[in-house]
Amino acid sequence: MNTPFYNRRSFLIAAGLGGLALATAPRGLIGAAWAQEGLSPTETMRGGSNNYRPNAPLVDSLGKGFEMSGTVRRAGDGAPLEGVRIQIWAATTRGGEREPSNHGSVLTRADGSYRLEMEQIVPNFGQPHAHLAYDDGAYRTVFLRPVMPSASDTSLTADFVLAPA
Amino acid sequence: MLPGLPRAAAWAAVTLAALIPVGLIWTSPYLAGRAPVYIAAGVAGATALAVLLVQPLLAGNYLPGLSAAAARRWHRRMGAVLCAAVIVHIGGLYLTSPPDTLDALMLVSPTPFSVYGVMAMWALVATVALVALRRLLPLRSTQWKVLHNLLAAVVVLGSIVHALLIEGTMETRSKWVLCIAIACVTGFAILHLRLVKSRAARR
Repeated sequence: MNTPFYNRRSFLIAAGLGGLALATAPRGLIGAAWAQEGLSPTETMRGGSNNYRPNAPLVDSLGKGFEMSGTVRRAGDGAPLEGVRIQIWAATTRGGEREPSNHGSVLTRADGSYRLEMEQIVPNFGQPHAHLAYDDGAYRTVFLRPVMPSASDTSLTADFVLAPA
Repeated sequence: MLPGLPRAAAWAAVTLAALIPVGLIWTSPYLAGRAPVYIAAGVAGATALAVLLVQPLLAGNYLPGLSAAAARRWHRRMGAVLCAAVIVHIGGLYLTSPPDTLDALMLVSPTPFSVYGVMAMWALVATVALVALRRLLPLRSTQWKVLHNLLAAVVVLGSIVHALLIEGTMETRSKWVLCIAIACVTGFAILHLRLVKSRAARR
């Protein structure tokens, strides 16, 4: 499990400017190296690993009504990755992010896509968001924390582009 | 407060503006999936916000029917209530999710509103120090009051932005009404006490 990228001064500057600039800035720098080769890897998001449970079991579903989905591809050539374990957790109508029944893992299909139905995600710590993780060693660990545009949305997508570890 | 407004109406307006947003939390659909300690943290945060409405009114003794001494006494008591509410708010959030709370306190949280909350918290800590050390600090009365007002302004501004940016259990319209009311009474009290009243006293 990697420590997320933390930088207080740049965060303060970014917060002052509206808070969102920082999330894209480091990605832009790293992206430059990958630009010649193709698809650049997804960066871990700040706070993405909060309340993570290593080895959350594989599940068929975590409830009904909310669809979490996305694709997992390889950095560079963008090839879809099959059988990659993605862990998903969020605060839902069942309870908070530490509620065990809000945690589960799914495997990607042949086209690199994954999908998990779960209970409705509810605002947690001030805004509705989900957590997703790739943490299996073959590729670099990535923790995502996508925010939902609206608390009434019933689906959310998050894509991974993984770089070799 | 407002000239010509009956005493009961003034008290009712303040009480309703402060307590309705706290009461409406209990109608939130989000409560269902939340642990009691998380709910307590939210209610404590809203209570702290409600206290910010009465503090400037007590500081300027604008509420009808209170003696100057009683207003001062209640201003101090409500200051203690504010501190207790903030402690429960942050403590409850910590028990709910230690990493999210530590991120917020260390200013590395991905949520911009937490920065404003932490700013208000430190201004409140500084206010407590200023009050506790009043006799020990080499400050003249006016200097102390100006410092107290500056810190109060930071607490109020930080808290308002923090509260308004949050999507949580507070009902949106009553939250906005309370925040606008807090901004108005705080601005009025600081201008009135520091400019109008102190100038009149010097004459």
